[in-house]
Amino acid sequence: MSYALRTYEFWLTAYRRTWRGSVATSVISPVFYLGALGIGLGTLVNKSGTTPEGVDYLAYVAPGVLAATAMQVGANEAMWPVLGSIRWTRAYFAMLATPLEIRHIVFGHQAWMTTRVVSSCAVYLAVIAAFGAILSPLGILALPACFLIGLAFSAPTAAYAATRQEDSAFVVVNRFALVPMFLFSGTFFPVSRLPEVLRWIAYATPSWHGVDLCRSLTLGRVHWPLALGHVVYLAAWAVAGLACALYTYRRRLLK
Amino acid sequence: MNAAAELPLVHARGLVKHFGDLVAVDEIDFDVQKGEAFGFLGPNGAGKSSTMRMIGCVSPPSGGTLRVLGLDPVKSGADVRARLGVVPQEDTLDMELTVRENMLIYGRYFGISRSVLHERAERLLEFVQLDERIDSKVEPLSGGMKRRLTIARSLINEPDILLLDEPTTGLDPQARHVVWDRLHALKHAGATLLLTTHYMDEAEQLCDRLVVMDKGKIAAEGSPVELIRRYSTREVVELRFAAEQPPADLADRVNGLARRVEILSGRLMLYTDDGDLTADRIHELGVNPQSTLVRRSTLEDVFLHLTGRTLVDE
Repeated sequence: MSYALRTYEFWLTAYRRTWRGSVATSVISPVFYLGALGIGLGTLVNKSGTTPEGVDYLAYVAPGVLAATAMQVGANEAMWPVLGSIRWTRAYFAMLATPLEIRHIVFGHQAWMTTRVVSSCAVYLAVIAAFGAILSPLGILALPACFLIGLAFSAPTAAYAATRQEDSAFVVVNRFALVPMFLFSGTFFPVSRLPEVLRWIAYATPSWHGVDLCRSLTLGRVHWPLALGHVVYLAAWAVAGLACALYTYRRRLLK
Repeated sequence: MNAAAELPLVHARGLVKHFGDLVAVDEIDFDVQKGEAFGFLGPNGAGKSSTMRMIGCVSPPSGGTLRVLGLDPVKSGADVRARLGVVPQEDTLDMELTVRENMLIYGRYFGISRSVLHERAERLLEFVQLDERIDSKVEPLSGGMKRRLTIARSLINEPDILLLDEPTTGLDPQARHVVWDRLHALKHAGATLLLTTHYMDEAEQLCDRLVVMDKGKIAAEGSPVELIRRYSTREVVELRFAAEQPPADLADRVNGLARRVEILSGRLMLYTDDGDLTADRIHELGVNPQSTLVRRSTLEDVFLHLTGRTLVDE
């Protein structure tokens, strides 16, 4: 594991040149989202008296957006940076010329991606708290939940990215996988409002499990067997993703 | 005498690499001794880089035997790589980090402590004449400076063997000479160098011994001088013609004037022991090329003789 930390050190060093911009983004975007959806749209939803779970819409939507952030940061950190390390900066090849092995490269980079996820989500969670939208002390557990959501996306996405020649596929993944998941897996409204077929598709997505887990924690309405199911399901994506990444990295880098 | 001291640092027998149906390296044998500068000379696609990647333990051999530092690169890849210095064909420097940061990060991959790395980085950057740029970013450095940084970086773990894949490809002549100068310094300090090149002047400059590779096979092996003696004549007369005057017709007329004649597009090469004499005879025959050049044989001529082709595509 100490070998993987050596590659983690590289990502940390490389990040120091861009951290200002990304910290600003990770504070501003939750403020915008919660302002527009929670307060702007939320005022209308609250007036209609039909808020899901019977809570203030802001408190309903905030954990959804939190989980979606974990998903998006996890997936995007696993796209361009992974292909770039193969095609453009060739950072992986520099690592491979040393005693490091494929697994150290994969685990070190995944550790970095989840660091990005958790730090972004921590800021988000603090903003949600400032908006008064965390209704239970259990809400703090949403942070480890975000770690798991992030890994459930970053690991399989990195496995896929390592098979690509061009980055054009990433736009497609964003548009046709991540955006639909963001919109339709319970982030803004309960999936029970979806037609039955779409509802089952939503249940199959890791994002729905992440959203439901985070929401149950921040609202303090945890159904523990269900929460455990979410954790197991997300962990399964993470583990399968890591196994696939070890395979695709090896195929791509050790020809 | 210690028996282990006589073992070659790299030992290959019947070494094979294929990618699907393509045979990149086709049963080659070679040994590299400690302290040697050993070269793989050949055109692009001859299998040099594939061989280098197998030695660098980042490409498993498809067949045959390969031992690097006495170890199996597949089973003990990490142990071998810990003792290698690698200068890859394409730079793997981080352009947005500083020269120093590139050295430190790379050294950390080997698990070397920061305090040791700081001292080594400064010493090595001084060696490659980059100490004045130590805190500048890599991106604005010239191609030659980046190459020298890559060389300094490859020495951070004090390697037993330095692998250089096309070390000066893409550099301008002046930058190449600076790189060669530094590699000479390493050689004199007793380093073991393995390099691939498709430049015959680079091979002549740097290699104690080399193998000429073509189409995945080794065509010849020896020191540059030996190879020239064995596969070429002392001198060469090069006749250049305007394109509309194909020299193919002339080949028969001048045939008796040299030991061997090679016909290339727009020029004729006559291999002879006395170039000036041969050149005079040609002019006596009434053959009037655009220009006549008398020169000593090089590895380029060796390659031409062995394969019928030139090293660098014209």
